Amino acid sequence: MSIDMSQFHQVFFEECFEGLEAMESGLLTLDMGDIDSEIINTIFRGAHSIKGGSGTFGFTVVAEYTHIMETLLDEMRDGRRKVTQSAVDVLLGSVDCLREMLTAIQNEHDVNNVSVAKHKTALECVLNGGSKAEESVFSVEKELVAEEVSVNDVADIDKESVESEEQGWKIAFCPYLDLLKTGNDPVRLFRELNELGELTTTVNVQDVPGFYELDPEECNLSWDLKVVGDISGDEIREIFNWVEGDCEMEIQPLAKAVKPAPIIKNISPEPAPKTIPDNPPPKPVEVKPKQVPEVKKPDPQDSDNEATKTTAKASSIRVDTDKIDTLINMVGEVVITQSMLGLVGENFSMDKVGQLKRGLAQLERHTRDLQQSVMNIRMLPISFVFSRFPRLVHDISSKLDKKIVLKLVGENTEVDKAVVELINDPLVHLIRNSLDHGIEMPADRVAAGKPETGTIELKAYHRGGHIVIEIIDDGRGLDKDKLLSKAIEKGLVEENNLLTEKQIFELIFMPGFSTAEQITDISGRGVGMDVVRRNIQSLGGNIEIVSELGKGTTIAIHLPLTLAILDGQSVAVGDETYIVPLVSIIESINITERMLNKVAGKGETFRLRNEYLPVIRMRRIFNVHSGNPTKSKEGVLVVVEGQGELCCLLVDELLGQQQVVIKSLEANYRRVEGVSGATILGDGSVALILDVPGLVRFSIR
Amino acid sequence: MAQEAENKDTDQYHYNKNLDNAVQYLSFALGKEEYGVDILRVQEIRSWEPVSRIPNVPCYEKGVVNLRGSIVPILDLRERFNLSKAEYTPLTVVVVLQTGDSNKTRIMGVVVDSVSDVISVDKTEIQNAPDFGTKVSNEFINGLVSVNERMVMLLDVDKLLKLEELDQDEN
Repeated sequence: MSIDMSQFHQVFFEECFEGLEAMESGLLTLDMGDIDSEIINTIFRGAHSIKGGSGTFGFTVVAEYTHIMETLLDEMRDGRRKVTQSAVDVLLGSVDCLREMLTAIQNEHDVNNVSVAKHKTALECVLNGGSKAEESVFSVEKELVAEEVSVNDVADIDKESVESEEQGWKIAFCPYLDLLKTGNDPVRLFRELNELGELTTTVNVQDVPGFYELDPEECNLSWDLKVVGDISGDEIREIFNWVEGDCEMEIQPLAKAVKPAPIIKNISPEPAPKTIPDNPPPKPVEVKPKQVPEVKKPDPQDSDNEATKTTAKASSIRVDTDKIDTLINMVGEVVITQSMLGLVGENFSMDKVGQLKRGLAQLERHTRDLQQSVMNIRMLPISFVFSRFPRLVHDISSKLDKKIVLKLVGENTEVDKAVVELINDPLVHLIRNSLDHGIEMPADRVAAGKPETGTIELKAYHRGGHIVIEIIDDGRGLDKDKLLSKAIEKGLVEENNLLTEKQIFELIFMPGFSTAEQITDISGRGVGMDVVRRNIQSLGGNIEIVSELGKGTTIAIHLPLTLAILDGQSVAVGDETYIVPLVSIIESINITERMLNKVAGKGETFRLRNEYLPVIRMRRIFNVHSGNPTKSKEGVLVVVEGQGELCCLLVDELLGQQQVVIKSLEANYRRVEGVSGATILGDGSVALILDVPGLVRFSIR
Repeated sequence: MAQEAENKDTDQYHYNKNLDNAVQYLSFALGKEEYGVDILRVQEIRSWEPVSRIPNVPCYEKGVVNLRGSIVPILDLRERFNLSKAEYTPLTVVVVLQTGDSNKTRIMGVVVDSVSDVISVDKTEIQNAPDFGTKVSNEFINGLVSVNERMVMLLDVDKLLKLEELDQDEN
């Protein structure tokens, strides 16, 4: 009986990505020197289940790769190997590589063999304790350079193993840096191999340092060799006899090259002792590429990284079983209530009215509970988003040579799944900004009397019906004067215009506004902040900046807790009904026209307990002409809070409170100013939901 | 009885003959003019019902209605084409159309006076709309075709239902 395995693929990939995330966060929390075996165990478990799963599903490339990782992790776990920064970096690189592989497989693309082989070699180098490992720190740039080189002049790596029915040997030859100093010349070895049979060499150049760091007396290259012909393993080993101890190598018969089981494994636990070069002088490195006898162009698809990045979004969700159980409970209650009501209705007489009312009240309560637990299913802890940031901060801060700690607070705050998915990009952008522009270089920080290490705090908490996400850095803060002069220079603000602090900070959300003197590849092009704000607004949220020069910046994002349901107060304006979100209402007051004060003939204010608040006439702002116009002489003032500012909405009448299901206006229509969405009322008609902060902004203009 | 069957056969014959080049359009009337839209874009035809007005939008965007749980905007084609206004009667019809590309479709309703017919048009018989030199709502017209001596203007649904600012918001 054969089972269609593909039905489990989705689950497998999800588990793998989860495992990778766990591995990544584990690697980032690893303390150098002081090893917490629990963390290593977690990483190990992640790797192990990926290996197992991919083996089961026949993704041998992944399984093989993970096997090497596992070996390394195993040694770390047993304490046989020290955890070094470079090893961790290589492992992190491997996590990325695995993720790439899995995504490729998931999207049914070809796995990028070049990059896989590159990571694999790096891993093997670390594993075999070569001193080279110390140098194979994976910075993005280097990776790119290496890739280009390997695309341009070298290397087809794994292909031949597939096509080979012939007899022969596959050799991975990775000399130590000081191989040349011992008087050994790889070219000589290759020549000898070539005499045995047809030799194909492939050189790995990813460990070659930049030109200025290049030491011509070191051998930074490693090779993948293939010899075709009827040769015994001993003959090959004889050739490499001379370099034993100065290199790591693996020899496998060609036919079995796909299998992970190595026939010979030459591991030297310690880096080779440096020998004094008393032998003939080494050849300069730059001559070598000429000796590569055969150059194959790789399949262009292999290097086409972008193409594999097509994101197929799986929209499944993992739900706590507790939540499901509660839900089932609730449904049970509803069914019971329903049958009870049915019983009442069967032989109805007026004396059962009390019973009926009780039943209806119960039904109402159960429906509300049911609704709540259904909404709960969509809630995910924000750690789904936050967990990616330690890596980001780690990578970027080391690239910028800054010392930065990321503190996460309130990771367990639950938010709607849609929010989790959409908030990631804006947050990445904001954190990059903080890293690049916010936190100063360590020297500058010390000079300013601050601790050398900068802190970025990522905080999430609930407030009212909102979730607030704050990004707090203790960096240099925003320079108001600089912002303002830049804005005037760019013609975004007129000179002599008096702006409040808040308005000045708002400037950075203007399209095309950037104060960075230097554009880096991390940020500073002046696109972005406006996109960030638009993204957040499209989620129904708002973004605020508080900053003090020299002290730091706090960026607060306010988002609605859920995007589906809202407690609303319906209000009448003319013949029309609008919904005001209950969370933003402070109070409501019956007023008459006389109680309003005109300001400069235009605006109106209302004095509420010694505070003058601006009044927005809904009739005017929404151009409502229907209804009884005399009614506009009196009405109800709804005092609302939008983004920290109080404001009054003048409406005709309050209608009632109800929970409304938010429907998107944009699905078939477009964004309307002052309106955040629509809902369907009990009578089937549509009512618009007011966007209070938007209204405040709209009315100011 | 036999004659009826024969009629059916000839209908079928005509239909088959035109199948290769035929496109079907739903024709409707606005005043004395007759327009057509690609029938594959028509989701349903409904009678007019009161809409919820949207504040501060062009007057031809009448408002939104609840169409089985989704919020659907209603456009008045008379006002869109700057024709004289007509009173909405129980006979006024809303044609619900689909627009958009493969990754996002929108549903919108357009108010028309009445729906007339489903017409099969041979693609080769469609003429280009004459250029009036001005912007007389010509931009929405894909072509002209004559059916039983009447001229029917074929509308480009995507252009017709493209709302202003819509694309700005999406960028």
